[in-house]
Amino acid sequence: MIGVLLRRDLGLLLPGGRGGGSVLPLLFFLAVAMLYPFAVGPDAQLLARTGGGVIWVAALLAAILPLEKLVAGDMEAGVFDQLHLRGVSEELAMAVRLLAHWLAFAPLLLLATLPAAALLGLPGETTRTVLLGLLVGTPGLAAVGLAVAALTATLRGGAALAGLMVIPLAVPILIFGAGALSTTGEGGIALAAAISLGLCAAAPFVAGAAIRSAREG
Amino acid sequence: MQARLVAKDIACRRGERLLFRGFSLECGSGQAVQVTGANGIGKSSLMRILAGLLRPFAGTVEREGMMGLVDERLALDANLPLGRALAFWQDIDGCRDPGRALEVLQLDALMDVPVRYLSTGQKKRAALARLINRNCPIWLLDEPLNGLDSQAQKAFEALIALHCQGGGIAVVASHQPIALPAPRTIDLAEYAA
Repeated sequence: MIGVLLRRDLGLLLPGGRGGGSVLPLLFFLAVAMLYPFAVGPDAQLLARTGGGVIWVAALLAAILPLEKLVAGDMEAGVFDQLHLRGVSEELAMAVRLLAHWLAFAPLLLLATLPAAALLGLPGETTRTVLLGLLVGTPGLAAVGLAVAALTATLRGGAALAGLMVIPLAVPILIFGAGALSTTGEGGIALAAAISLGLCAAAPFVAGAAIRSAREG
Repeated sequence: MQARLVAKDIACRRGERLLFRGFSLECGSGQAVQVTGANGIGKSSLMRILAGLLRPFAGTVEREGMMGLVDERLALDANLPLGRALAFWQDIDGCRDPGRALEVLQLDALMDVPVRYLSTGQKKRAALARLINRNCPIWLLDEPLNGLDSQAQKAFEALIALHCQGGGIAVVASHQPIALPAPRTIDLAEYAA
């Protein structure tokens, strides 16, 4: 059952998939890394010091782009209704979708971090910290995105609102994940991971409740 | 197949408006019921209440047996060929032999056509095929004849008769006349609040 759901969700969300999942978030992410040196000038020291933070901000904003079709389409088509009749709870459907959403955007984003780090001239140690931070932070970003996408799915202009709502909720991950760049040690990364885990645990329930309450509306 | 569907004293409110109240229904194995009524009287809401997707404002629904619902929402991936879109639900339902329903509803030739290119009637037939292949005893059908041509309509009426013979229950909400085995008609207007 879970395998069947995951396969469909991945087909829907993976770049180049039938659901129109695209590489746009990835290109957007790389574009930010490319534009930043043009904007602040080619000061290698400045770039190396601030580049990690820029990558984090770009990753956060790129995570907002795929939210539009994450939940709303299936809600409108009645997919969750049919699943409910088959005894598949909204929470399970959302947990599977969270996994699929993360798989569809995070591994590619991590890969794209390498050319982005090269564009900004980040030293190896910083790149490693950014990668590690993004690895533990992206599940949290995916979880916030999913919950917000489900909450705003029935609203007109929900996608734009979802983008705005994700930003404040993602701030804690950003603070600790990007904060690990300026402090030595891995405490910040561990805290970002803890927040990420908490968000991943809560998101399926929030999103499931949102889908159920949307039926009553 | 043993099945039972009992609704007691159902009231339905949408927003600030009470649509109907005091609606009761008892269905045992092999029975078919048609619920009629004008547009907007609450037929679709009633079907969703019976399916457990909507909470009734008052009253209770008891069910024995799995339920299948066909309404205006297709729940098939619009960009996929029909065959693959249906295959997802067959996998979920654990259906091993989907062929017969597809044949009776004449969907065989459409399996390679993306769902978004199908006509209204063809989409409806696809939803009905999914219902049949689910092999569940309680059928909840919200306007199942919409868009069906007379041939498909007859084929589907025969399928309902077969379903009821096998001990299934069919509750049909429709403003159109539909031939049901041992028909029982309930006019929802009698319960309008």
